[in-house]
Amino acid sequence: MPRGGGWRPGARWARDADARAAIVEETATLPLHQQPTMRELGRRSEAADHPFKRPLPAPPGQARPVAAAAHAVPLILAETIGQRQLIAAACPAAQALGLTPGMAVTQARALVATLDVRAADPAADRAVIDGLVLHAIRHWTPTAAGEADGIWLDLTGVAHLHGGEARFGARLIRFCRRFGYSARVGIAGTPGAAHALARYGHEPLMRIASGGEAQALAALSPAALRLAPSALAAAQRFGLDRIADLLPLPRGPLARRLGLASVRRLDEALGRVAEPIVAVVPQETPETVRRLLEPIATAEAIEQVIGDLLADMIPLLRQRGRGARTLVLTLERIDGSAQRIAIGTARATRDAAHLARLFHLRIERIEPGDGIETMRLAAPHSDPLGATALAARLAGDEPVADVATLVDQIAGRVGEAALFTAAPVESDVPERAVRRTDALAAPTGWPAWRRPVRLLSRPEPLHAVLALLPDAPPRRFTWRGKVHAVVAGDGPERIHGEWWRRDGEIWAVRDYFRVEDEQGARFWLFRRGDGVDAATGDLSWYLHGLFG
Amino acid sequence: MSAPAPSPASLSHLRALAAVRPVVSGVLPFGVDALDARIADHGLALGGLHEVSPATPTLSDDAAATLFAVGVAARAAAANGRRVLWALTRFDLYAPGLEQAGLDPATLLFVEARDDKDVLAVMEDGLRHGGLAAVVGEVKRADMVATRRLQLAAMSGGAPALLSRRWRRQGVDPLSDLSAAMTRWRIACAPSARLPAPGVGRPRWTVELARQRGGPGFTLELEACDATGRLALPAAPRDRAVAADRAAARAA
Repeated sequence: MPRGGGWRPGARWARDADARAAIVEETATLPLHQQPTMRELGRRSEAADHPFKRPLPAPPGQARPVAAAAHAVPLILAETIGQRQLIAAACPAAQALGLTPGMAVTQARALVATLDVRAADPAADRAVIDGLVLHAIRHWTPTAAGEADGIWLDLTGVAHLHGGEARFGARLIRFCRRFGYSARVGIAGTPGAAHALARYGHEPLMRIASGGEAQALAALSPAALRLAPSALAAAQRFGLDRIADLLPLPRGPLARRLGLASVRRLDEALGRVAEPIVAVVPQETPETVRRLLEPIATAEAIEQVIGDLLADMIPLLRQRGRGARTLVLTLERIDGSAQRIAIGTARATRDAAHLARLFHLRIERIEPGDGIETMRLAAPHSDPLGATALAARLAGDEPVADVATLVDQIAGRVGEAALFTAAPVESDVPERAVRRTDALAAPTGWPAWRRPVRLLSRPEPLHAVLALLPDAPPRRFTWRGKVHAVVAGDGPERIHGEWWRRDGEIWAVRDYFRVEDEQGARFWLFRRGDGVDAATGDLSWYLHGLFG
Repeated sequence: MSAPAPSPASLSHLRALAAVRPVVSGVLPFGVDALDARIADHGLALGGLHEVSPATPTLSDDAAATLFAVGVAARAAAANGRRVLWALTRFDLYAPGLEQAGLDPATLLFVEARDDKDVLAVMEDGLRHGGLAAVVGEVKRADMVATRRLQLAAMSGGAPALLSRRWRRQGVDPLSDLSAAMTRWRIACAPSARLPAPGVGRPRWTVELARQRGGPGFTLELEACDATGRLALPAAPRDRAVAADRAAARAA
């Protein structure tokens, strides 16, 4: 009985238990976004359930998929395409509510209030797929490839190793379930048919015999054939709802309506055109190991072993057509502890002498402890490096040593950050015109305005400057306590402030002069302000650089 | 018993060992006859150490000495198309200014080391590498041993080593230290020739060869580096070329 025992409008159904149960049952059959809100139903007299603890009512007549149990709240992944946020993927619970991939996220939020929206991460998806493909290549079949939402496995000639195609498919599904993925497997004679069965088949594991493709695919939607969206729209316009509708059509008109690519997709699915799987080739890190008979502790012995390891490593790299960019040397001591030493190179190299020299610079950092018993050398980062042209050497000329080896050597001595080239920046302000860049870069030059050879890092103020306004070089100035009488001057070179960098530079102007004093010293001076408008600067003078 | 006369081969071998007067493999001439004629090798020896120092501790002389080294390095780089290594401890060079003396940024490779010891070690690495046109280093202090090492490294690599010695204390000339350098230069700014119009003329330097192996020192007043790093002898006023347009007007 409700509190107070009195009659309240709108709560009549709550008093009658049968009517209430009937209504609750009726509303529960509706999809979530069509269920009446509490306001429409009228207030209930009991306290409402805690909104965050209430489990979502299951849609009637539909068995919940296993994965959906993990997400009590429907989960969708959102991706940003242009200015819009679209659903990239929806969990089974969300799909049961009518949310499909490609729908706008705002629309989904309007339909379902309690929606868990997370950002899609295609790179992470791709990493999972790649890991699975590598596992497949190592354990199941040598021909495997990954795509955005699935993997290809070529079971030709390997199915019997796993007890037949059907058993392998079941095992694949169990394997994925162990890692929390719900897999769907299609096994067919052509990649196109397998693709269609895995994504549009009515069972998680579908297998058809070779030659039965047309029959198996007939009932599926044309979308199963990997058609372009425009072709799918055209098929819908022409009333081609199933693949069975496409099969009897003459090929010429079909190609005109849906495009030649669509016909090709159909042929690939039916096995009329070959569609090879471009297999992934696993890339393993080249590694060489030397296990030593006696533990070593001296620098000479370590260097000898490094030389041996490099001699093993170079053929490995050459075989793969690659050059080392990073080499990691792992030294395992007798007590089980290990030390790692890494070198990097500015350009891919297979020059053993050069790599040995780089390790030589690091050898003093090795702490052998009681002795080193195993040494490993791995090349975790390598770049393609083809054969080297020997034209100059064959002609008998002395080959010119590559600067990249010197860069590595100096970087090993003073650090990588200490090596640089000066590159131009598109700025007229002198101190901003130069930036440091990579040592092997080939930067272009600057405009040919006269510039000093040394620039003071901070312009130094000048005192007692005698100059005619607005545009004459000074006649005399005092710098660091010394009076300089100017005998000749060039200028001004006007440089405006860069308002897009700093608000304070909107009106700022510097007038640069190149002046020579009576001793012959040549200076680069500037005055803040153009000498006419007070907003451009306070007419103070500075020395910014020195010409030789 | 008289000692047998030494054969020329063994003598040259001994000379190479002792390196009293190192065998000069190649020479980088300045292209100024008055200068080249007075240097023992008729130019800067390619496999040799050359020291450059400002004549006074002022920053303008320092800039002039730097530009002198830039000019030599630029001409060496233009001769064989290789790169120039520039090692220093505090980077205050202005790369657009270096480009205007002939060293474009793609040619230059800077190393900003922690101290003079590292600068000298980096210079030695660069000289022994053998793929560079020239190696320039700026130091405040380098003793006899260090310069001797550099001289030997330069001989093995075949690139000129330019050691720019900067002033570390007022009144102590940086070239007063002992050194194994082939030549030691002292550069100072000199007043430029006045132009008939307002403006600064081509800069001039007082170039002093303070010491060289196999010859006496001398002092010359020269015009500073142009856009390709070449020095020039100032023309006497009566020999100066008349401006082209006036010559054309006179001919007409």
